Amino acid sequence: MIDVEDLSVTFGHGAATVHAVRGISFHVAAGESFGLVGESGSGKSTVLRALSGLNPDWSGRMTVAGQTLGRRRNKVFYKQVQMVFQDPYGSLHPRHTIDRILAEPIAIHNLGEADRRIGRALEEVGLGPQFRYRYPHQLSGGQRQRVAVARALILEPKILLLDEPTSALDVSVQAEVLNLLGRLKTERDLTYILVSHNLAVVAHMCGRLAVMNHGVIVEEMTVAQLRAREPAHPYTRQLLTASLGYDRAAIDRFEDFAATA
Amino acid sequence: MSSSTAVTPNSSRRLKAWLLSDSPESVFHARCQRFYLGWRAFSTNPIAMIGLLIIVSLVLIAAFAPLLTQGNGTEQHLSDRLSAPSGDYWFGTDELGRDIYERIVWGARITLYIVGLVGILVVPIGLVIGTVAGYVGGWVDNVLMRFTDIFLAFPRLILALAFVSALGPGIENAVLAIALTTWSPYARLARAETISIRNSEYIMAARLQGASGLRIIYGHIAPLCISSVIIRLTLDMAGIILTAAGLGFLGLGAQPPLPEWGAMISTGRQYLLDQWWVATIPGIAIFVVSLGFNLLGDGLRDVLDPKSGSGA
Amino acid sequence: MDFATPKGLVHAVRGVSFSLGREKLGVVGESGSGKSVTGRAILKLVRPPGRVSAKRLSFDGIDLLACDERAMREIRGRRISMVMQDPKFSLNPVMTVGAQIAEAYRLHEQASAAEAKRRALEMLEAVRIRDPERVYRAYPHEVSGGMGQRIMIAMMLIPDPDLLIADEPTSALDVTVQLQVLAILDDLVTQRGMGLIFISHDLNLVASFCDRVLIMYGGRVLEVCDAKRLSEAQHPYTRGLLDCLPRIEVGKEPGGKAGGPADLPVLHRDPAWLDQGV
Repeated sequence: MIDVEDLSVTFGHGAATVHAVRGISFHVAAGESFGLVGESGSGKSTVLRALSGLNPDWSGRMTVAGQTLGRRRNKVFYKQVQMVFQDPYGSLHPRHTIDRILAEPIAIHNLGEADRRIGRALEEVGLGPQFRYRYPHQLSGGQRQRVAVARALILEPKILLLDEPTSALDVSVQAEVLNLLGRLKTERDLTYILVSHNLAVVAHMCGRLAVMNHGVIVEEMTVAQLRAREPAHPYTRQLLTASLGYDRAAIDRFEDFAATA
Repeated sequence: MSSSTAVTPNSSRRLKAWLLSDSPESVFHARCQRFYLGWRAFSTNPIAMIGLLIIVSLVLIAAFAPLLTQGNGTEQHLSDRLSAPSGDYWFGTDELGRDIYERIVWGARITLYIVGLVGILVVPIGLVIGTVAGYVGGWVDNVLMRFTDIFLAFPRLILALAFVSALGPGIENAVLAIALTTWSPYARLARAETISIRNSEYIMAARLQGASGLRIIYGHIAPLCISSVIIRLTLDMAGIILTAAGLGFLGLGAQPPLPEWGAMISTGRQYLLDQWWVATIPGIAIFVVSLGFNLLGDGLRDVLDPKSGSGA
Repeated sequence: MDFATPKGLVHAVRGVSFSLGREKLGVVGESGSGKSVTGRAILKLVRPPGRVSAKRLSFDGIDLLACDERAMREIRGRRISMVMQDPKFSLNPVMTVGAQIAEAYRLHEQASAAEAKRRALEMLEAVRIRDPERVYRAYPHEVSGGMGQRIMIAMMLIPDPDLLIADEPTSALDVTVQLQVLAILDDLVTQRGMGLIFISHDLNLVASFCDRVLIMYGGRVLEVCDAKRLSEAQHPYTRGLLDCLPRIEVGKEPGGKAGGPADLPVLHRDPAWLDQGV
């Protein structure tokens, strides 16, 4: 379904060049849930930005649903691939009502039946009609993120790119949103690429994952292998240890996996 | 949906409940709520309310001018020329025996006409140029901003003078001249706002839906720039009125016998020492209206500007 | 050191009582639980219209309630220090790091500039910064997040306080850096015999790092327990929080291509919790 080959993204030029992503490759099958794990600066969000077309400066080869991607994306692409952002407070326009936010993609793609679609979209993410004409600042973080999911799904895409969708949410709200995402995936047979720094979230939601560090994929494995504590690469092992909680002895053994040139 | 025409406690309570309800039922309802909440924030500021009062009075005076006066400010009573304020002539008369009170009242229409026209011209031009330059960036931004810089570089009154001299005197030409010299800061303001919001995630989300640049600028960016532009406009009003008055003073704005306040000061200048009221009263009128717009603008900024705390 | 506050500011915090010895106390809660406010209230850093009132607020025998602003200023920094979440916002961007640490030192001790610099470099070494001279001369924007937080800790510990209040000090950091910073805190707290109040939303982290845990919800303390015995927690809210965390070890295999993950148990908020409290 999604094929990424030798993707590289750089920012800046000359002395200030940042190699955010260096020649990574991965493959996601249709209906799969694929995780991209890494700390900040690992380049994981940059991969999503390049895939979605938000960042046109990349090199390599990317194929989605059989179509090779170029610099720009078109409406056909956006009907197949949508994205949910990390910050529920930033991804909704502060002056638009929820109704307007959900009506926009319908209008852009001339889908018609806006009223019915909006009502159904709100229902599917568990928000009642009383939210329809509110403004984003009148909603809680979890509710805003549900609206973001509703907006992403209103075009009925097959692929959803999730950029740390629950990192900014409280733990109890995170559980609700993760359950929602899981349910929608099953109901609509979606393909997910989930980017997160949280190994537990990725282990819960995904079947396979890739660990990124300083722009390269350090290791790819299935969640089963992760659970069996089988990671081969020391960076992954370190990440796994860190994710389990504070362990004074283990911390002393932490290394700094700096970028290789 | 309930609305009250009779002010009974029951229906006004229902209206209030409707305005404060948690779940608006339509776009109209949501907009009314936002307006109501903004109004509540605004009305807690006494100084802003004074500004609003002044401007509302200005509008009412202009609207009801025929009811408030007997003539239209152009009749001359030469035998009574240059008479002091009295029971007959509340603000006295000018050198041609015209009732200054009447001229002030009818001059309000002209003042409103000028500021209104300038506003209608300046805001859209500034918004369009600023948002396009800010969003598109690159050479388009450069070209548009250099164009803006050209107009920004000239002192306002001098450029207005040049235009009016070229186009000929008259109110409309004065308005055009003022508008041409006033729009540049609005373009800069809109561009600055656009640049700060164009990388927000909600704009990215719009792009990810396939929204065209035009749709994004018009539907997403412009609504966020409008508040600062409008606030800037109200604060600029004083300057606009004074520029118009200046042009009138120089004989290049409204032509006699129109009761434009600036022109009144101009002709009354010669009598300043002995018949102070001829020039001073229109001056006070200009002062009060400028002050009103300033206070209103300050109050609006406290309500509309998200950076200053409350923000709607 | 004992603190007891029966009444809250704008009802942000209600009836919070706890005592703290030379130990690490974790205060856990979601957003809006009042945990940060509690931390600030101890230092009386709450601005009007917020108000702090308490039955008792004493520190090492000093009644903090009775202290006026001048007395509080003496206590703040020297006896009780506070480290906050984002070093970007707590460090002065136009002063070098070294100058700020030295300034913090001279605020509380009569010391010469040379002495202050020496102490500052000592502290930078104590927080395991490898090149203290270079960092001393650097500006805040030139250092990474983890290093910035270590600098904050250095700054806050230089007057050798007895109590450190850390309000989400590592939430903005990556998980490995987070743990490294916490290790430094751990060592310093143990070495100096300090008390530590660690405020966070991360229950797992607090349980593994602290000695005791306080769970807050809706401005009240719902449960207090030893960190090691957190899995035996009684209160349904605590249990709910523990259960709804996704875990690496536990989970259903997403069944096949079309399958999705199993549901996480969801926390059902009981409104009765808002009136409970320990």
